[in-house]
Amino acid sequence: MKPVLDLQEVSVRFGDSVALDRVSLALAANETVVVLGPSGSGKSTLLRAIAGLEPLAHGRIESDGIDLAPVPTHRRGFGLMFQSATLFPHRDVLGNVMFGLVMQNVRRAEAETRARAALKIVGLAGFETRAVAELSGGEAQRVALARAIAPEPKLLMLDEPFGALDRPRRDELSNEVRTISNRLGAATLLVTHDHAEAFAIGDRIAIINAGKIEQVAPPVELWRQPATAFVASFLGWNIISSNTGSTIAVRPDAIRLTPNPNHGRESATVIARTFRRNHWQMRVETEDHQFLNVEIANTEAPTNLNLESEIASGSVVGVIIDPAATICFTP
Amino acid sequence: MFLGVLFVLPVANILGRGLTTDAGLDLNPVVAVLESDSLRRIIGFTFLQAALSTLLTVVVGIPGAYVLYRYRFAGRSLVRALATVPFVLPTLVVAAAFLALGVPPSFTAILLAHIFFNYAVVVRTVGGLWAHLDPKTETAAQVLGASKIKTFIHVTLPALRPAIWAASAVCFLFTFTSFGIILFLGGPGRATLETEIYRQTAQLLDFKTAAGLSVVQLVAVVVVLIITNRLIAHQRVALGLQSAAAVPQVRSAGQRTMLGGNLLFMALLLGLPMATLIVNSFSIPSGFGLTYYRALGTLRADSVLFVTPVAAIKNSLVIAVIAAAISLVVGGLAAHAIVRHRSGLATALSLPLGVSAVTVGFGFLITFDTPPFDFRSSWLLLPFAHALIAIPFVIRAIVPILSSIDPRLRDLAAVLGANPRRVWREIDLPISARAYTVGAGFALAISLGEFGATAFLARPDHPTLPIVIARLLGQPGALNFGSALAASSILMALVVLVVMGIERARIGSIGTF
Repeated sequence: MKPVLDLQEVSVRFGDSVALDRVSLALAANETVVVLGPSGSGKSTLLRAIAGLEPLAHGRIESDGIDLAPVPTHRRGFGLMFQSATLFPHRDVLGNVMFGLVMQNVRRAEAETRARAALKIVGLAGFETRAVAELSGGEAQRVALARAIAPEPKLLMLDEPFGALDRPRRDELSNEVRTISNRLGAATLLVTHDHAEAFAIGDRIAIINAGKIEQVAPPVELWRQPATAFVASFLGWNIISSNTGSTIAVRPDAIRLTPNPNHGRESATVIARTFRRNHWQMRVETEDHQFLNVEIANTEAPTNLNLESEIASGSVVGVIIDPAATICFTP
Repeated sequence: MFLGVLFVLPVANILGRGLTTDAGLDLNPVVAVLESDSLRRIIGFTFLQAALSTLLTVVVGIPGAYVLYRYRFAGRSLVRALATVPFVLPTLVVAAAFLALGVPPSFTAILLAHIFFNYAVVVRTVGGLWAHLDPKTETAAQVLGASKIKTFIHVTLPALRPAIWAASAVCFLFTFTSFGIILFLGGPGRATLETEIYRQTAQLLDFKTAAGLSVVQLVAVVVVLIITNRLIAHQRVALGLQSAAAVPQVRSAGQRTMLGGNLLFMALLLGLPMATLIVNSFSIPSGFGLTYYRALGTLRADSVLFVTPVAAIKNSLVIAVIAAAISLVVGGLAAHAIVRHRSGLATALSLPLGVSAVTVGFGFLITFDTPPFDFRSSWLLLPFAHALIAIPFVIRAIVPILSSIDPRLRDLAAVLGANPRRVWREIDLPISARAYTVGAGFALAISLGEFGATAFLARPDHPTLPIVIARLLGQPGALNFGSALAASSILMALVVLVVMGIERARIGSIGTF
């Protein structure tokens, strides 16, 4: 079966600057792909290009094997949702959700039924006649989601959809999005800069940087095997530049500290220690002035050290690094 | 295209008359204007009265803006609406009101009438921004040890600067090209470029000098527009704007004094002339009566008019409706073009705002008198001229709303299946519908009261209400003067009705008047 969305070497330029640089990515039905990257990396541009809101400088976008180049935005039949709720202020909740169906010339009665059903899916049955100004941030986002899914798009695109919400509401909604898109059988493409969100809902995660996709992989693989030094560093790995010119990345949970400075491969001074509920986050400085972030699980009684008393800021410790969690990137 | 033919062509024609001869480019008329002592004095006086009027209006308008937009008190929206009335009043009504008040034609009379007229521009523009300033900034300054006065000078005033510049620019342009007020309140020897252009054409038939003067005026207006647009663009810093809700109820004695003082000032400056106009229009030698109003329905043998004033009212209304329709369509299209393309279009399109009505009328007169544009005899010329003057106001009413529409709404509508025309119909139109209403109101009010261009273009047998007022004011006799006041009162009532409509439709728009 042809992928619902197939990007082939897509580039977008704004004047002289390259916003997207030969991006290739494919999505199957029922699959959720999260594009994760720092702000300004081209995430939103990617969605706009797919929606047909930005012209391509190079490459091709296919949907079900059909080239989208001649298909204008309003005939692509995708769903799109932005960060802060961008509801149509002059329509009530039902009017917003019905919009896409009305545009498709669905009969009014049927459009209304389907819009009500979409509202029910997002948990807002009974909100039909509310004015959009009366909604809370979370409710508005749910309406926006209902509006995007009501026409049953084969591809649902979400641009930082929960960025404006507080943490608990964010987790709740992102779980729901996953459930809902699975239920619709739609492919979902979500862009975000939030790592937790990306790892929580992506079947695959695409790391984007400066308009280029650095790696596309399932979350576990991505975390274990970052493909480039940027990905490793972006995910929080320690980056150590060696004098040979290559870069060594070390996963922060693969470093152990011992109270005895002579035990490890080298010794280091603890400069900061933060309690993070399920782990301790330590920052240490080695003798050759490399800084390392170390995560030490806090689930059970530590076997080899007592963190509270033995490793405080300023103590000198031994550093043991698991070679299996070390990657060497040669330029 | 509309602006192209109706604005550029007449203006180009004036430039052509002013600057060319059969032999080619000839700057003589302009040079002659600049070399003539009396004309140079007129130019100097034009600048002086405009600058002084603007300065005074800003000085008295800022406290007014403060109390009307930073205080909450009973009847505030009514006072705001009433304070706006003078701005939309036709200049002739303003002139008649000050004459009714017994103010003799003088420099002071001009200044007073201009402040009366432009007060609302400053109050609305500055107040509109003021209401949206984040009061936390002021609180922060006071916590840091600044006194109230220092806070105002160092924090509030700089934040208000864009609005103050914008308001000053509008005041300056209006007073620079003011016509009716100067004509009737200036008295002998107080001519401005605008009145002089009229005198040279209508009375002396010296088209060369008039064209030279028009060129000088046009250049001055363009320079002022460019400078102020630059200034405003530079000032457009990121302000912490917020929705205007939390303003304090008036409590302390100081606030009461501030509020009372300003309301009294408004009553004297704005209320008194209007009230006097109305009262005097009913005051006949034997007490109160409708004599002057009744006189409007009849055509006296000794009348300077060719039709009854009542017929002129009908003319005015018909012309106003057509002019409003034209300016809505053209202004709406132009506003969309400005918002879509965000180019220097905005400056180019606000140009007619600063071009005097007399120049427009003069330009129309000398442009549309030869084939293929021989429309002199067509009564449609007036609505088109009025529309041309009203279009910048329509644009200014619509553009802020249109550009405040989150562009992602249009994107979303497109993604949801709306083609570009549908996007306009489903998003742009409904959201800016109220702005269109406001624009329509402005266009109606402007057309109803327009005098400068109308003085050139109206046919004697087809006058508008302002023309009738001008004729009556120009004649001696208590009956003529009384009838002028009565006609002015009617015109004022018509315009006020329209403004009430605007006020109802207006939503909290920033920065326009």
